[in-house]
Amino acid sequence: MADFTVLLPGVLQPLVGGQSYLTASADGAVTVGQLLDSVTGDYPVLARRLRDETGALRRFVNIYVNGDEVRRLKGLETEVAAGQEVLIVQSVAGG
Amino acid sequence: MDSMATAESYVLAIGTKKGLWLATSTDRKEWSLSGPHFLMSEIPSIGIDTRDGKTRILVGVRSEHWGPTVAHSDDLGASWTEPEQGAIKFPDGTDAALERIWQIYPDADSRPGVVWAGCEPISVWKSTDGGEHFELNRGLWDHPHRSEWGAGYGGAAAHSIVVDPSGEKVHVAMSTGGVYRSLDGGTSWEPRNKGISAYFMPDPNPEFGQCVHKIAADAAVGGRLYAQNHHGVYRTDDDGENWGSIAEGLPADFGFVMLTHPRREGTAWVIPLKADGERIPPDSKLSVHRTGDAGNSWKELHTGLPDHEYNAVLRDAASVDSAEPVGVYFGTRGGDVYASADEGETFTEVASHLPDVLCVRAAVVVGNNTAVELEQKASAPVPG
Repeated sequence: MADFTVLLPGVLQPLVGGQSYLTASADGAVTVGQLLDSVTGDYPVLARRLRDETGALRRFVNIYVNGDEVRRLKGLETEVAAGQEVLIVQSVAGG
Repeated sequence: MDSMATAESYVLAIGTKKGLWLATSTDRKEWSLSGPHFLMSEIPSIGIDTRDGKTRILVGVRSEHWGPTVAHSDDLGASWTEPEQGAIKFPDGTDAALERIWQIYPDADSRPGVVWAGCEPISVWKSTDGGEHFELNRGLWDHPHRSEWGAGYGGAAAHSIVVDPSGEKVHVAMSTGGVYRSLDGGTSWEPRNKGISAYFMPDPNPEFGQCVHKIAADAAVGGRLYAQNHHGVYRTDDDGENWGSIAEGLPADFGFVMLTHPRREGTAWVIPLKADGERIPPDSKLSVHRTGDAGNSWKELHTGLPDHEYNAVLRDAASVDSAEPVGVYFGTRGGDVYASADEGETFTEVASHLPDVLCVRAAVVVGNNTAVELEQKASAPVPG
């Protein structure tokens, strides 16, 4: 079993009891979508903040795997290997 | 009788582009303001449900980053609850996602717990548990006209929901699509736009496709509704079968607001803007206009309002309360909010320099929510 860690921005941490990251375990590599399913399973409000009800990543939510934004890879189908950092960051947007 | 238990207070909820403010008053002239709640999220819809002697404030919240949701407070904003799974969620198979909640409409006293919502994408929803869970109205969602409905500048949404006392007759207005009517409580829907202009379309008098900005019912005359259109102010006396212009006497027929008196026949308020291409008050003078004869004549109401104003008032940024005399409230895109305790004869400023005002709703609060309690809530810490 491998451990995976998802780092959360400060603004989302109150939704998970103040934790700055969530962890999950899996056999081998997982996709970003599977990882989100796993870490948000106990946090449905967090899940809705990240993805809409069709499962799509919200427009101004960015997820980086080892520094690469997943929209430039395979989106939620991007594979994450054990030890790779998964970081959620909101876009710098608005006025 | 306990005088505290029957003391009247007033709450005015102000939804803006960057959060919610709550104002409270015992006389509708002096107001205490608390907020922002939900800072940096827009609040395009508010419903204040005062049925059953309780006060529940429901808000449609939308974060540009984190999406839309519905939250409610049963303690006048001291705390907020958001159903974990989301109050409004498109069901599997629709391949749609909620974009924005445009309307939250608590139904009649005779139907406690029933709350309607109008949303973007164009959809109508109904809750029977006080707004904690809504179900999609499939009759409208599956309507064969859907593919021909369009988006107004603010998005494609059902923004007005009017339910008659029986609960069987429901009118919905959408931008763009126009007015749709159900005679079976929302099971089936037909367009009812005869007489409403869609001057911007190749056929200016289509069956549907109008850009109706707001509709409101005459509380005392069955079958009578009023509409503020994208140019045009109208009235129907036959549940939308025919609409006729009531714009004569107004300085302009463009605008977004349509309010009606909660009890008195023939009384409505509009806030005209100069034109589609010039969305400022006529002569840049901010005024409310009121009719007392169902739109046959209009009176300009300007006392207490600025002589120079270049901001628009959006469709839900205006409201009435249920007191006697009725209170009239509105806010501008410049963040100024005004209240009148005398049906619009005179206005006082409640707040200024807030973010763009998207929605205001006002209610008389009685029973346990005394003035003292309201002021305590107003000074309580505000959740983010």
